[in-house]
Order: sequence, then C-alpha cells, then structure tokens
Amino acid sequence: MNSEPDFTTIKVDVLIIGAGGAGLRAAIEARSLGASVAILSKSLLGKAHTVMAEGGIAASLGNVDNKDNWKVHFADTYVEGVFLGNYRMSEILAKEAPDRVYELERYGALFDRTPGGLISQRAFGAHTYRRLCHVGDKTGLELIRTVQEKSVSSGAKVYDELVISKIFNKNGRAIGALALSMREGKFYVFSAKAVIVATGGLGRIYKVTSNSWESTGDGHSLAVRAGAELMDMEMVQFHPTGMVYPPAVRGLLVTEGVRGDGGILLNNKGERYMLKYSPKKKELDARDIVARANYNEIIEGRGSEHGGVYLDISYKGKKFIMEKLPSMYMQYKEFAGIDITKEKMEVAPTTHYHMGGIRVDPDTTQTRVEGLYAAGEVASGLHGANRLGGNSLADILVFGRRAGKYAAEYALKSTYLDVDEVEVKDEIKRVSSYLKSGEKQNPYDLIEKLRTTMSEKVGIIREEKHLKEALDIIREIKSKSGTVGVPGGLRFNPGLIACLELDNMLLSAELLVNSAIERRESRGAHARKDYPDRSKEFMKNFIYEYDGNKISMTTAPVPKLPAELEELIPKEEVIG
Amino acid sequence: MNEAKVSIMRSEPAVSSEVKFEEFKVPVVEGMVVLDAVHYIQNNIDTTIGVRWNCKAARCGSCAAEINGSPRLMCKTRMEDAGPEVQIKPMRAFPVVKDLVTDLSHGYEVAKKIPPFTPRPEMKSPYKIQQIDITRSKEFRLCIECFLCMDVCHVIREHHSDYFGPKHVVKIAALDLHPADSVDRSELLHNEGGLGYCDITKCCQEVCPEGIRITDNAIIPEKERIVDHVYDPIGRLIRAARRRKW
Repeated sequence: MNSEPDFTTIKVDVLIIGAGGAGLRAAIEARSLGASVAILSKSLLGKAHTVMAEGGIAASLGNVDNKDNWKVHFADTYVEGVFLGNYRMSEILAKEAPDRVYELERYGALFDRTPGGLISQRAFGAHTYRRLCHVGDKTGLELIRTVQEKSVSSGAKVYDELVISKIFNKNGRAIGALALSMREGKFYVFSAKAVIVATGGLGRIYKVTSNSWESTGDGHSLAVRAGAELMDMEMVQFHPTGMVYPPAVRGLLVTEGVRGDGGILLNNKGERYMLKYSPKKKELDARDIVARANYNEIIEGRGSEHGGVYLDISYKGKKFIMEKLPSMYMQYKEFAGIDITKEKMEVAPTTHYHMGGIRVDPDTTQTRVEGLYAAGEVASGLHGANRLGGNSLADILVFGRRAGKYAAEYALKSTYLDVDEVEVKDEIKRVSSYLKSGEKQNPYDLIEKLRTTMSEKVGIIREEKHLKEALDIIREIKSKSGTVGVPGGLRFNPGLIACLELDNMLLSAELLVNSAIERRESRGAHARKDYPDRSKEFMKNFIYEYDGNKISMTTAPVPKLPAELEELIPKEEVIG
Repeated sequence: MNEAKVSIMRSEPAVSSEVKFEEFKVPVVEGMVVLDAVHYIQNNIDTTIGVRWNCKAARCGSCAAEINGSPRLMCKTRMEDAGPEVQIKPMRAFPVVKDLVTDLSHGYEVAKKIPPFTPRPEMKSPYKIQQIDITRSKEFRLCIECFLCMDVCHVIREHHSDYFGPKHVVKIAALDLHPADSVDRSELLHNEGGLGYCDITKCCQEVCPEGIRITDNAIIPEKERIVDHVYDPIGRLIRAARRRKW
C-alpha cells in the first residue's frame, strides 16, 4: 500500500465482538437497559458457530424427570469438570438456565414438547436426569434465530463481515476496537464505553475439528493483548463422535443426541465396549471418558475400516430417527452415502470445544481490565476440565445475559475515552503490511502445518515428548510468520484474513501446549500418558498475562467450594 | 488421483467492470465437495479468491453459489456429482462484492420490516403447547437463510419488484404459524411484501437445501390467507372477535 487507508469512527455504549448466542444475548440485555449497542460479526449475521449446536440446552426444568433441580445440575457440572471449574459459575449456570430457557420460549423459540405440552427434555452424557431442552437435532439454529431476531428488533446495530484486529486499552480501560470491513475493504474504529468479547473457541487450530471457520482463537488474542488474562488453555474437549469417512468430512460432528436417544458404540468385533469402560453410564458417560474409550478401541486395533468405531442407532427404526435426528440422517446420506436407518455410522473423536479462555469474574463476567467483559466459549472457568453436553448453550444464554447487563451498567455510568489516532494508524499499518508484492510466505501453508501438528501431537492422549516437539514446531512457525504475506487488496481477501488468524492461532496454540506440558497429571479432557493419574497438587489453574512484550504464566489455586455447595456433591466423589 | 478442472468467475465491480473466468486444476479426493476445491485453490494457488463459507456442514447456509448453472450450496455438492469440469459463479440475483461473494444486505433490511414474534397476551409462561401444533411452523424453522430460493426466483431476478421473496415468506409463515403468536402479517405481505407478484412456479422449493416446501406450504397458504383477510372483511371481523389466526 502506498498511502495508509483511512478509517471511520463509530461511537457506541456497548461494543460486542462476536454474534453467536452469547454476543446476541448480551446485546438484548444491554439494549433493555437503554445502552446503545453495536454487534460486530466475523460472518454474516446468523451464521455463527452456534448454528452447529445440535443436542440441546441443559436446564433443570424437571419436565420429564421431576426430581431434577439446580442442585443436581450444579453437582453434575462441577463433578464432571473434575473440580477444576469455578464453583460460582457452575452454581449460577445451574440456577439461571431454566429462566433463560423459558425466556427464549417467550422470545419465540419453539422447543419440542412432552405429551403434556411442556418443553421436552432428552438424556445426555453424565447428566443425572433427562435435562436437555431441544429442537430436534437443530437446537442451535433455533436458538440463534431467536436471539438474532430479538436483538435486531431491540435496536442493536449489527455490523457483519468485520474482522477485529485490536482492542484498545487506555489507562487500564477497554475503550474500543479496530475493525476491517471485509465487504467494503475499509477500516472502522469503534469507540465504546464497554467491550464484550464473545468470539467463541479455537477448534480450528486442530486439523480434525467440528468447528467452523471462525473458531481461530481471535478473542483470546484480542483480550490478552488488551490486558486480560487467559486460563485453563490446556483444556480442549474432544467430542467422542465425529465423522471419519470420507476424508473430506473428517471431524464433522455427530451429535451426542444419537447416544442420548439410544445409539450404541461397537468395535469391529461387534462388542459394546462401553459396558467395559463405564458399566454404569455406558455410552452416556462424560465426553472425555467416551472419547478416550473410542480412541483406545481404535489404537488397539479394534476399530472400523476407516479408523473409527461404529455408532448404531438403526435398530430404533426409520420413523424414530427421522423425527429425532433428521440432520444426522441427511449428513450421512449426503456426505457419506450411508443410510443410518439401516447401517452403522463410523465415528472417531474430534476437537470440539475449549473449556479454557479468558479469565472472568464469575458474577459479572468482567475481565481484569475495566470495561472489558467476556462470555461464551471464549471465557473460562465454568466447565473446568470437561464440559457437559448442553451446558454450552446454557452458558451462552446465562453468561451472555450477564455480560450484557454488567457491561451496560458500567457503560451507562462511564464516559468515552478517545482512541489515540497514532495507535489506530499503527494498527492499520500492521494489518495492511500483510499485503505484499514479490516474495512472501503463504499463510495457509503455515496454518496447515500448525493444525496437523496440533492434531498429531496435542491430541486426546498427550505426553511430554510429543508436546515439546509440538512447542518447537509452533515456535518455528512463529519465526517464519514475520514473512507472511498475500497479494490483493483489503476487500474480501481471504488470504489477508488468514494472515491475521495465523497470528491468533499461534498465540493460543503456544499457550495451550505450554499448559499441557505443565499439567503433569490427567484430569478431565487433559489426559497424559506419562502422568495417568489425577493429582491434588494440580488443583490449580494456569494463568497467562501479557506485559506488552511477552506473555508469562502464573498459577492460582482453584477457588474452594463453600460448605453449602460441597454438601451437594455425591459422597462417592473425592474432591481433588 | 483424479483431477478436476474448476472454473471460477472472478470480478470486483467496485474496482473494475471486468468479469472473467479463471480455470484451476484441482486434485480430487474421495468425498470432496465443491467448497473443498475452492479451498484448495485458495490455499495453494490463489489466496485472493473471495468466497463466503462457515460451517462446511450444510448448516449455516453461507456458501450458496451457482455450480454448473444450478443454485446450490458448495459444501453440499460433491465433486464426483459435479463432474470433471466444474464452473462456479456467484448467485446472480444479488450484486457481486467480489468473486463468489454477493451483497445480501438488502435481505437483512427486508427482514427488519417483519414484525417479530409477539405472544398473545393470555399466554402464560411457561407455555403449554402441544407437539402437533408446532409441526407446521417447524418446517419453516429449518431455514438456514442461504438465499438460494431468492436467487432462483424469477420475480427477483428479472423484475426487481418489491416482492419480499420466498425466504421472507418462509420467515413470515414460521411466525404466523407459531401457536402463541398474535400478529397478523398478511396485510404487510400483501401490500409492502408484494406476494401477488409470485406466480407459483415453484422454482424456490426445488432448490431449498433443507427441503422446505416453500411454495406449497408457505407461499400458497399465505396467498390464501391474504384472500381471506383482505378480500373477505366479514370473515375478518368474525376472526378478530374470536381472536383466532387461521
């Protein structure tokens, strides 16, 4: 670029980065309190990764199993997070999820019903009772449409197809962000009194993943560089059932609803091996346990033709499957040419969710930085070392609302701080500098190398040797990333976006692997071959902060459960 | 390994009026879809190709394009079905932003005109609704907003009329058939929405990747409803008195 591109400034009370369920629910709340709201979306409005959520929202309505209540939901969440989670966040989730579900119904969502006309609830892994409120196997689509319409009609302004490259921090406060509009090829400065990060996860740093293109850890980078802390970066959930074959769809999610509705897992000898790994909960044990069982069957040679295991729901009959799991039927029919009403599916673990992320206050979702909030998958603390199915949709509504509320309250009593023009111009220069002529490193080559490395060396079973090799490769990629560049201009140039994403992906990957090395134990989703047992010594969270130059790690003990919550934990569980 | 010839329409109207087709050779692996081929080109040959995508699982509806002339999702069209020579063009009913990316913002503006879900005042939360009463609305809630139905609609393509278009009729039908909703959207659809322009050629429902019977189950019933409501004022009064919608 010869001259630096210009920019336009937009002022708004609450700036929300991310238009998935959490961001949109935050927008509704902030608008209801009278704050002006801008929602920035990397994709078109309504396309966020939330649409991919299938099984349902966990909320203890007790419509199907009337013994269910928030206390059991809390205990399930906390225990399956293997005591690494923030108890207060689990408590809030369990208490508030039912209100958020009924509220969604009042916004117009149409859940499947019980014979008595109430919201129906299905069984899911490691939930004691049938708890997942669902809309067939497309719950996420219904959820995002509902909050999408509600937020637009509430007067929140949506700016879609924008890539955010920096959150500005002035005097310890988040005061706005720089965005590149992909459609226009123009830069915008959003000057705000409060900023909410709701950008989702980082699954795309792995090759085999169920995550869509947006999940490149953008919010993690934005927030830590703006002064927030990151926590539990090592905690990546591998979903037990992703598609295996054909290669082009490897990793695509097969909903837990298949098992919730009776699907069984079989190895190539026809054995229902979950009876051995988890005699009590079987296929419906927590995701980390089922995923490792699947993995184990595969590496011990009892896998399927294409390196997976078998998942069978065909015995339930065509009518049942078409009613309960229509998308799964379509997915296998269209992508694999398999009729799941007659044949078994081939499945294997796939990178699915990141429990770690931005460290937040459990009640207000505020980060360490004044005026900076985070909610949804990008935030950490709620799920600990393993997330229960259905808790992420509950999470985005419960904590999305809280982020909107506290950000709006803060914004309405604050004033604008102007973003420094020099800082804006520097950042525009940094983004534009990826547009190069002549010799340059293709960002996609480095991204491909990173993703392969993560899937091969930082997968479901980890060990120090491989983790250290991964760290070396990540640092080697990082050393080359300075020469990355692409031709073309600012308008809808995917190569340019890839350059920015590579930077974010490398940051998250490095911290993730570093934490995985440090956690010399096995806990929840983090399983170490060289340290197979859980250790009380690691009842701590690994936390990262950035000092403007480099990122450093500290640890903090996991917040201790108060007595009244400890009482709710089943006696056979040993906390530690 | 097989190889396919993939030809992509390239343009950037804000910069130049030039429109050209560029041909790329792409190795084909089993199960590969057209979007994979575009990604291959983008990652290995030309990083500047503008394309919109998101989930690559036929759930988000971002990657609509015209593949060998048919409006389809790129993620749901297998290379082996598209043939050894594949031509990809952007959806023609919308202005091109760059290459395969079109400007859909008009659709989002139309969506804002549709009155949101408004529950009947007597509805008490939590609602009691029977499964059978949600079945009809559910069909329209499958819509992934891919805009393929809008792309094939000849009213939108050729006449640029004020017709809202099939996607928005589906949206309205989803709201109108919500058992707890209280708003009547038929007059809006009749007047501002221009539903009268639709002459029921059913092209839209043929391309819907979700199999929504757009014409049969959304457009025709909405047209009938307009007839009832707009041209039958007595029936309208009776209905208002009974507070029933259909």
